[in-house]
Amino acid sequence: MHYIKYLLVGFLFGIVLTKSEAVSWYRIYEMFQFHSFHMYGIISVAIATGLIGLQIIKRNNVRDIDGNPIVIADKEKGSTRYWVGGLIFGLGWALVGACPGPIFILIGAGFWSVILILVGAMAGTFIFGLLKDKLPS
Amino acid sequence: MEILTQTWPWYFSGFLIGVVMLLLNYFGKVFGMSSNLRTLCTIAGADKFADFFKFDWKAQRWNLAVLIGAMIGGFVAVHYMSNPANVAINPKTIEQLAALGIDAPNGKLAPQALFGNEIFKSPKIICILIVGGILIGFGSRYAGGCTSGHAISGLSNLQIPSLKAVIGFFVGGLIMAHFLFPLIF
Repeated sequence: MHYIKYLLVGFLFGIVLTKSEAVSWYRIYEMFQFHSFHMYGIISVAIATGLIGLQIIKRNNVRDIDGNPIVIADKEKGSTRYWVGGLIFGLGWALVGACPGPIFILIGAGFWSVILILVGAMAGTFIFGLLKDKLPS
Repeated sequence: MEILTQTWPWYFSGFLIGVVMLLLNYFGKVFGMSSNLRTLCTIAGADKFADFFKFDWKAQRWNLAVLIGAMIGGFVAVHYMSNPANVAINPKTIEQLAALGIDAPNGKLAPQALFGNEIFKSPKIICILIVGGILIGFGSRYAGGCTSGHAISGLSNLQIPSLKAVIGFFVGGLIMAHFLFPLIF
């Protein structure tokens, strides 16, 4: 029962990402060509909604479902990892038109070729795990 | 039913994605999909090779539940909530893709040329998808997050590291789309 709420949130996420076409290779290509505002609109409104929601949570000390304070840890300090890691991610994102959420959503929807992207993404994660201590942060 | 099958407008979709993030915060969690890749590696036995994968993956089961829910959501949306007018991208984009030999959407989410089942016969396309995946997996772990963890969770929490990562995402994406993609196709 404990996991049902996560399953339902995930379900909503999968529906929204599919119906907004954020999972579509075409929409990502179109976004990077600056041919449409659609994707920029989705990302901006998502951030604005999150920003307003988090401000309400912080200012009113809203507690989570278990009654604990909602604390969202700050991201670790650093520069190289964010610039370089981000750039590498972006190259992959534009090449196959999917980021991690959509990879799973598309496989769920029956796009079997996307399993190849998942295999690659797990391999990439594994390679990072092997090299982690040698990379600049 | 039109409202269910049409392409959902950006303001409605963006709002709901923000709600997904806030719901997870309310459940005491942080929205981020790429962490699941690390969890899956650990489940597959990667902890025998690198300390990075030695962590209590069971504490991440909630995120795997989100992932399974998202897969079911994708299935339902594609099979029961679609119509042939979907994915109405800019005609200029369609023209540009035609020149690269990539088919128009006509309601499909992904081109046959890159994602159809015939691609399993094409070593080139197989390589493209695997290499793209490697870049996504490596880059998101090095940057500590992907579009959900940095662009949505991080930026809405005013995190400077996330801003650096998101600028990186777009610089990488633009380099691929404008300079590398035409060389590959």
